[in-house]
Amino acid sequence: MQTQVLIIGAGVTGTGLARDLALRGVSCIVVEKRDINAGASGGNHGLLHSGARYIVSDPAAARECHRENRLLKSAAPHCIEQTGGIFAAVAGDDEQYAADFPGRCRQCGIPVRALDLEEARQMEPGLSRGLIAAFEVDDAAIDPFKLSLDNIAHARQQGCRLLRYSRVTGFDVTNSRIRHTKVLDELTDQTRHIEADVVVNAAGAWAGIIAGLAGAQIRMHYSKGSLLVTQSRIARRVVNRLRMPTDGDILVPGGTVSILGTSSCRVDSPDKIYPEIPEIDTIIDEGAAMIPELATTRYIRAYCGVRPLPAGNRKKDENPDDRSVSRGYELIEHDRQPEEIENLITITGGKLTTYRLMAEKTADRVCRRLGIREPCRTRSAPLPDTVDARWTEPGLAPDTWLRKSTTNDVLLCECEMVPESIVTEIVENIHAQEGRPDLRAIGLRSRIGKGPCQGTFCSQRLAAFLYDQGHLENREGIEELRAFLRERWRGQQPLLWNRSLAQAELLEAMHCGLFSIEL
Amino acid sequence: MNSREVDITCDLMIIGTGMAGMAAALFAAEHNIKTVQAGQAGQLGFASGLIDVLGVHPASGGQIVDNPWQGISRLRRDQPDHPYARMETAEIKTAVRNMLTFLEKSGYPHICHAEKNMHMITPAGTIKPTYALPHTMAKGPAARAEQKPCLLVDFKGFKGFSGRQIAQSLAPSWPQLRPVRIDFPGVSGELYTERMARALEAPANRRKLVDTVLPLLGDAQIVAFPAVLGISRTLEVADDLERGLGVPVFEIPTMLPAATGLRLQEKFEYQLRAMGIHPFFQHAVCDVAGSADRGWIFTVGNEAGCRRVAARSAILCSGRFFGKGLHADRGGIRETIFDLPVVQPPGRAAWHHKDLLHPEGHPVNQAGLAVDANFRPVDTNGRETRAGLFAAGSILAHQDWMRQKCGSGLAIATAYRAVNACSDFLALG
Repeated sequence: MQTQVLIIGAGVTGTGLARDLALRGVSCIVVEKRDINAGASGGNHGLLHSGARYIVSDPAAARECHRENRLLKSAAPHCIEQTGGIFAAVAGDDEQYAADFPGRCRQCGIPVRALDLEEARQMEPGLSRGLIAAFEVDDAAIDPFKLSLDNIAHARQQGCRLLRYSRVTGFDVTNSRIRHTKVLDELTDQTRHIEADVVVNAAGAWAGIIAGLAGAQIRMHYSKGSLLVTQSRIARRVVNRLRMPTDGDILVPGGTVSILGTSSCRVDSPDKIYPEIPEIDTIIDEGAAMIPELATTRYIRAYCGVRPLPAGNRKKDENPDDRSVSRGYELIEHDRQPEEIENLITITGGKLTTYRLMAEKTADRVCRRLGIREPCRTRSAPLPDTVDARWTEPGLAPDTWLRKSTTNDVLLCECEMVPESIVTEIVENIHAQEGRPDLRAIGLRSRIGKGPCQGTFCSQRLAAFLYDQGHLENREGIEELRAFLRERWRGQQPLLWNRSLAQAELLEAMHCGLFSIEL
Repeated sequence: MNSREVDITCDLMIIGTGMAGMAAALFAAEHNIKTVQAGQAGQLGFASGLIDVLGVHPASGGQIVDNPWQGISRLRRDQPDHPYARMETAEIKTAVRNMLTFLEKSGYPHICHAEKNMHMITPAGTIKPTYALPHTMAKGPAARAEQKPCLLVDFKGFKGFSGRQIAQSLAPSWPQLRPVRIDFPGVSGELYTERMARALEAPANRRKLVDTVLPLLGDAQIVAFPAVLGISRTLEVADDLERGLGVPVFEIPTMLPAATGLRLQEKFEYQLRAMGIHPFFQHAVCDVAGSADRGWIFTVGNEAGCRRVAARSAILCSGRFFGKGLHADRGGIRETIFDLPVVQPPGRAAWHHKDLLHPEGHPVNQAGLAVDANFRPVDTNGRETRAGLFAAGSILAHQDWMRQKCGSGLAIATAYRAVNACSDFLALG
C-alpha cells in the first residue's frame, strides 16, 4: 500500500489530523491497533475546557483552551452540549486561590462571572451547603467518540483510509528514512507493508513505543487518570472545584449521565491499566465535598486513560513560534533529533479541547515536508454530522425508538433502548469501513452494555442477533461474549457495592451459573 | 412484648422464597412443623430450572464432574469449610431425592441418572453439567450424544435465543442440529417467556405450532424448542406436541428470567399451602425483635400493610446480594435481618478479580454466614449466635455455587439439614 501520509493512532489527534490533511488534499492512511479512541481519547471526562482550570498551572494552555472552545462550539456544535460551567470552592479550600481566580481568568482572556452563593445554589441545587465561592465560566461537554468518528468519516469522504485492529510491528529504515511501515492485521494475521512519504506517530501514550520501533527515542511519563460514570445526571453544568487542580474535582454531564474524575497516578506502562479501588474512593470522597449526593449515588462504570506526558524532548534551536504554543503537547520532528529519521513526526500529549490545534500544527509540518501550500481549513469548515457517530450519545436512541415505535423493532438493549434497526445501521457502517462488526465494536458505537444491567442481557441478545444476521459463525459467539463481558467488567469491578453488586451477581449467575462461559 | 400484638404464632419462620426457602418449607411440612414462610416474590423467577448438585470441581481448574457424589467426596477433602462438607453424601442424596419426589408428585417430574451428571445445552451454545433436568428438557442430552438429526425451532422476535447461534456453536459435537425460525402462534408483539409459555397451554396455539413445524420436519428425529412449553401443565403440552409432530421434543433453557423458574414457583406456592405452610409470599421481613418468652417477633409486610409473626425458631434462606439477604456498601458486607457476622474478604479491593472469568472465582462470592454442623450461624469464635436460628442456601459462606454449579443441590441439602436440626431444637424446647 502507498500513501502520502501514514498516521499511527486513531484517537482524537490522529483522526483530527486525518481530516485536516484530507481537507488539504493530502492522501492518508490511519492505522489503529484497536478501535477509535481506544486510549486516552476515550478515557477522559469529555470536557471542553473554558481554560479556567489552567490559569495558574499553565496560562498558555488556558488561552489555547479558550480559543479552541470558541472555535469548536461553532465548527462542531453537534458534538457539544453547551452546559456552561461553575467553579465552586467549599469551606476548607484555599481562599486566596478563589480570590485571585477572576483576575487570573481575565489575564488569560477567559470570560468569568462571579456568582453569589444563593444564585450558584439555584443554578446547581446539588452544591454543598459549605459553599464559600462560585464563578460561572463557559465550559461545555463534548462527546469524544462522536468527535473522532465524525472526523474520520469526513476524512474518509475525501479518500482517507482507516485500518482498525492494525498494529504497527516495525519499520524498514534505510539511510535515515522510513521506507515501509509493517502493519499486522490482527483479524487476519496478515502483515501489510505501507509506503508513505511522511509517517506521523499520533499513538498518544504509546508514542514512545512506536518511536522506539523506528530507532528514535522519546522520553515519556505515563499518568493514569480514573473516572466514574453515575447512573443518572447529577448536575446541569460542568462543576469544577475552585482550587489548584487535583483529584476528584470535576463533574461533567454527558447526556443522561454525569462523569466524575479524575485521579493522577504515575504508571510504568500504558498497557494493562485499571481504575483501582483506592483511587475510586478518593474521587468519590473529594467529589462529595463539592456535591454531597456523589457519596450515595449509584455509579455504573469506571474507566481510566493514560495521559502521555512527554518529558522534555524539545531542542533549543526550535522555531520560537512553536514554543509559544502550550507545553501541554509536544510536536517532534525526528530529522532534528540525534537519531535523524527524516520522515517521522511525533505528536503527543495535549488535551481533548486542543486536539484540533495539535492536528493543525502537525499538518502544517507535514505539508511543509510535502511541499504543499494548502492552508488549514478546520478552523472554520463545519465538521459534518455523520451517521457513523449517531448512536453514542446517551438518551438519543430511546428518543428515536419511541418516536418510531414500531412493534417489529425489537429492543436488544432495554436499559438504553437500542433496537435491532440501530444495530443494523451500525453494522452497515462498520462494514463500510472495512471493519468487523463484533460485540465490542458495536458497543463502542452505541449505548449497548452501558446501562444499569451492564451487559447482562444485551450481550447475549446482541450475539444471538449477530448470528441471525450471519455476522457470527461457528463458536465465535462464545469468544465474543467473553471478550465483551470482560471489557465491560473492567469498568464495573471497582464499583461493585449496593445494587451494582447485586447486578454483578445476576450477571455471573446467568453467564457462569447457566451459560458456563468460563469453562 | 404483648402477645396480643402478634397476628400469628408459629414454631418456625422460614425467611426466603428461593430454592432454599421452598425446600425448607417442604421439609418442614414433612416434619409437621407449624411454619410461616415470608419473602419477596419472584426469587425463583431467576432460577434456571436445572437441578445442579455439583458440576465442577475443582472450580479453579474448570474440571467438569462426571459423578456428582464422587465429586462431593473430593470437595469434602479439598474444601472442608464448604457447606457440603458438613453433611454425609447419603444425607445430601436423600434431600435431593425427596425434592425430586415432591416435584414428580406435583406434576413436574425431573429426570436424572443416579450416579452421573447430564450435559445440557444452553442458549449461548455452550454445554453445562447438571444433575437433574425437568422432563421437558430431559431428551436433549441423549439426542446430542446419539447425534440424532434434530430440528431446532426458534421464534421471530424472541430475543436472546438464536437457533443458528446454538447450532453453529455446537456444530463440532452435533452437526445434525438444523435451526429454523417461525412465527410464534397466538402472541403478537414482543415475546416474553412467560407470555409464550402460557400461550402454549391453550390447545389451539399448540395446534398452530404443530401445523407450522410439521412441514419443516424433514429427516429430524427430534425437535428442540426454547423452554416455553407451558407453566403449570408441561406434561400435557409436551405430550400433545410429541403426538402432533410424531417425534420426541425437548426444551433448551432460555435467558433469565425463565419460564422454568416460574414453573417451580407455581408448584411450590400451590403445594406448600396445601401442605399447611402459612405463606407470606409477597412480604419482606422488615423487622425482627426478640420476644419475651422465647424466639422472635417478625414484622413482615408490603405496601398493603404489615403483620407480626411470633416464631420459636427461624431458618434464614434470604439469599445473597441479588436476593437481599446480604448487603454491601463501600465499607463491608452485612447480613440484612439479624445483622449476623459475615465471613468476608478483608476489604473491597479483595472482593473481585480484575478478570471477570478468573478461574479462581471472585472471593466475594465465598463471603456469607459461617455455620456449625447443625447449620446454626456462628461468630468468629465458632460460637452459636442465636438459639433456634439456622441458615441454608446461597447465603452460606465458603461456597461458589455459580462456578461450582451446585446452586440447587446446596439449597436443598442445607435446607434439609437445617430443618432436621430445627426439628430437634423444637422437640427439646
